[in-house]
Amino acid sequence: MPDATLPTVEDAVALGLTGEEYAEVVAKLGRPPGQVELAMFSLMWSEHCAYKHSKKLLRTLPTEGAAVFMGPGENAGAVRVSGGLVCAFKVESHNHPSAVEPFQGAATGVGGILRDIFALGARPVAILDSLRFGEPDSSRTRYLLDRAVAGIGHYGNSIGVPTIGGELYFEGPYETNCLVNAMALGLAEPGRMIKSAAVGVGNALVLFGASTGRDGIGGASVLASAEFGSDDADKRPSVQVGDPFAEKKLLECSLELLERGLLASLQDLGAAGLTSAASEMASKGEVGLEIDVDAVPLREADMEPFETMVSESQERMLCVCEPSRVAEVLSVCEKWEVHGTAIGTVIPERVMRILQGGSTVGEMPVEALVDECPLYDLAPSKPVGPLYPAPPAVLSGDAGLRATLLALLGSPNLASRLPLFEQYDCIVQSRTVRRPGQADAAVLQLPDGSALAASIDCNGRRVACDPYVGTVEAALECAANLACVGAEPLGATNNLNFGNPERPEVAWQLTEAVRGLGDACRALDAPIVGGNVSLYNETRPPVDGPSSPASEGGPIYPTPVVGMVGALPSAAGAGRLGFLRAGDAIALAGWNVTPSLEGSELAKLRGDELPDGLPGYDLAHEVRALGVLREAVRAGALSSAHDIAEGGLLVAIAECCLAGGLGADMHAIPADVELLMVFGERKGGFVLSGSLAALAALDVPLDVFGTVGGDALRVGVEGREAVSWTLDELAHAHAALGPLFA
Amino acid sequence: MRFGVVQFPGTCDDRDAVLACERVDGAEAVLLWHGERSLDGIDAVVVPGGFSYGDYLRVGAIARFSPMMESVIAFASAGGSVLGICNGFQVLCEAGLLPGALLPNVGLRFVCRQVAVEVVNADTRFTRACAPGQVLSIPVKHTTGRYYAPEVELESMQAHGQIVLRYAPDGNPNGSSNDIAGVMNAGQNVMGLMPHPEHAVDELTGSVDGLTLFASMALGAPARA
Repeated sequence: MPDATLPTVEDAVALGLTGEEYAEVVAKLGRPPGQVELAMFSLMWSEHCAYKHSKKLLRTLPTEGAAVFMGPGENAGAVRVSGGLVCAFKVESHNHPSAVEPFQGAATGVGGILRDIFALGARPVAILDSLRFGEPDSSRTRYLLDRAVAGIGHYGNSIGVPTIGGELYFEGPYETNCLVNAMALGLAEPGRMIKSAAVGVGNALVLFGASTGRDGIGGASVLASAEFGSDDADKRPSVQVGDPFAEKKLLECSLELLERGLLASLQDLGAAGLTSAASEMASKGEVGLEIDVDAVPLREADMEPFETMVSESQERMLCVCEPSRVAEVLSVCEKWEVHGTAIGTVIPERVMRILQGGSTVGEMPVEALVDECPLYDLAPSKPVGPLYPAPPAVLSGDAGLRATLLALLGSPNLASRLPLFEQYDCIVQSRTVRRPGQADAAVLQLPDGSALAASIDCNGRRVACDPYVGTVEAALECAANLACVGAEPLGATNNLNFGNPERPEVAWQLTEAVRGLGDACRALDAPIVGGNVSLYNETRPPVDGPSSPASEGGPIYPTPVVGMVGALPSAAGAGRLGFLRAGDAIALAGWNVTPSLEGSELAKLRGDELPDGLPGYDLAHEVRALGVLREAVRAGALSSAHDIAEGGLLVAIAECCLAGGLGADMHAIPADVELLMVFGERKGGFVLSGSLAALAALDVPLDVFGTVGGDALRVGVEGREAVSWTLDELAHAHAALGPLFA
Repeated sequence: MRFGVVQFPGTCDDRDAVLACERVDGAEAVLLWHGERSLDGIDAVVVPGGFSYGDYLRVGAIARFSPMMESVIAFASAGGSVLGICNGFQVLCEAGLLPGALLPNVGLRFVCRQVAVEVVNADTRFTRACAPGQVLSIPVKHTTGRYYAPEVELESMQAHGQIVLRYAPDGNPNGSSNDIAGVMNAGQNVMGLMPHPEHAVDELTGSVDGLTLFASMALGAPARA
């Protein structure tokens, strides 16, 4: 080893390892690590790469099912779809980078998840986003939202992958720790797909794409695996800069390399750069890799070997090919104006050997680096008191039906998302059969006339009320969205966004959420084929500025985002949410229990405390109702289908009116349960419209209670005058987010 | 009828344009790689949408210098039909094949929206399958789509029937002068438009109104497929 001065345990701690972990590294190497080795261990043993607080929990999730083509472990999971194709999909977070630099953080989040998809040999065909911010009356929230949306659009629009859906919530606990999760779907012919395991001793390792610079150094350990301090601005150099044009070329180049059958394995470079990409390839292939940092094309000539190994420069891929094919690989790179360079070799010894020219600057056993990071047991403990302050009250408790509906429709969590979605290209690639706002799930047609549907969801406040039930609800919501377009789940992906898992109450949230996710996905037959974990999401007290409910700091709302992909036999038969025909009957289907205002959007507007616990579900009942609805949509029996979510029944009806441009006349509701009935929340309810006969034929709890038509929504209340809203009035309230993007 | 669809690095709507062209009876479509010069025996050129060369410089400013664009310019100068869509429109303006320029939208944001577009001139090789005044439902999706030309130029274009498409009243998504959505050159063989007709060729994905533009281009051309 050439290192004159070896790094110390203090250096290791500064890089994010604990003293014990450093001692473990020393034990595994049989000597203190050199600079390159310590840098690589600190990344591979970070929470982000090693899942050291979540791995044991994740093992409890269901991962197998009839449609599963590729389960967790690769860059993304994949399921079989109609027509002999495979759909690869995954959700990933870019929370901390987005909180530091929202435009580039969100943009590179999209870039990163797209690389995961085409690293498998699938062409990315869709993006969905899941975003969380503080309340929009904060200028910081408005800045983060505006720039994150612009960043997502910049990357997705420019690379030619449609953004077909997503969700957005505003809640105080995300004020200083926003969440930006991006999900991508890709399509592939199974024969063209490739794995990341490095194979073939003597084969060449080729790095292609952007050159390597000092951007994003230490991103995984610095940003993704620790709580924020007050020096976030100083961390801006840790955020990578995205170049969608470079990635577009990289995407086409990668797919052409695979089409020509030139590669033995392919891997993208994401968090922890070359270190993670190469050592994961070596680990999966049960081989070793020798890499010469001097061969890596650099943006700055004087980069240290450890910097080259840990750089998170974007838009790079790593492949293994036979030595005789290197020339052809490089010529395909040249065609796409992508820089390709052979930087190493597959070796039989199971070590990562890092060379600089002729001399070795690091050598580590692959297992130690990739598989032997210490795993930690959580110490979950249910909090004794409320973890989160009550949200600020913005609506008086005695507001009546009329004012309440308008307040809900205009509230940040329920207002129309169109002002965001219009900033994304949702139609490129010519598959989009249902655009955002047209149906509960996005629908993409496939070449054989069938279709895929996708949805992403999680209401963090509900999960904060009850981590188990709230997470069950997130999965049910996705499945309900799929059922409303006629789709059946094929598989799911998840992104666990939580606070510091070393806190017992966060560990409890995480444990309960994973239990809920497992139970729900097993019941729904939606195996989890891939996902991501983002821990240490903690809101901190603002340095200055007004005091807010979040000002005491603490964990974000636990946010286990669920993404689900489903299939339907005919794209032409995809359901829609808007009322379609005047004269159609309207029914409430599915609910066999009364909804509750506890934990609802109305409770939030009123400033109610979060309840400790939510009512549970009979999952067998829910799954049966979803099946009935799905079959009715597929049979073309319904004019519209929309699931009742945040805001409850009347908000759902108003959304059906607005999406279809048609009013509705609702029968009388009993005055004593008025607000509870129409604004209470509970999964499992649907607003359907269609002929009376078609509705009556549905084998679910059903209540026909209105008629489509006119240009107003009118609700009768027993013993009182009916309440009504014109469509214009509803639309005006619903457009409340527009000014945020003016 | 054989369409050629130009493919630059950064082009996004190339495959969509090929699919749209192939929906026309008797038509086929081939991709034309930016680095090549051969037009491959095509009867008409489509310069599709996207972000050619990343559009990090002024939109379309680099693409116009590609070898394939030299061939397209020669093809247009000889009277060949060239249709530029979105980024393609921007490239054709940069290449001097069309008058005017595209500026950033008044809202300074990307806007993706289904819009109503009125056929102002149905007596062109790009719109002859349309009825005069027909309103087409076609999506737009762009950040730099505000058509601009000096007043004198606009008057001349108006007088010579070069304004082919307009956004319907109150439906201008980008602040274009005179609600202009699509224009032709004086020779009437080159057209550019910001809306994406290739994304309006299938009832399932929203509309078939864009197909009339490709069908118009094919009218009178030799059948091949």
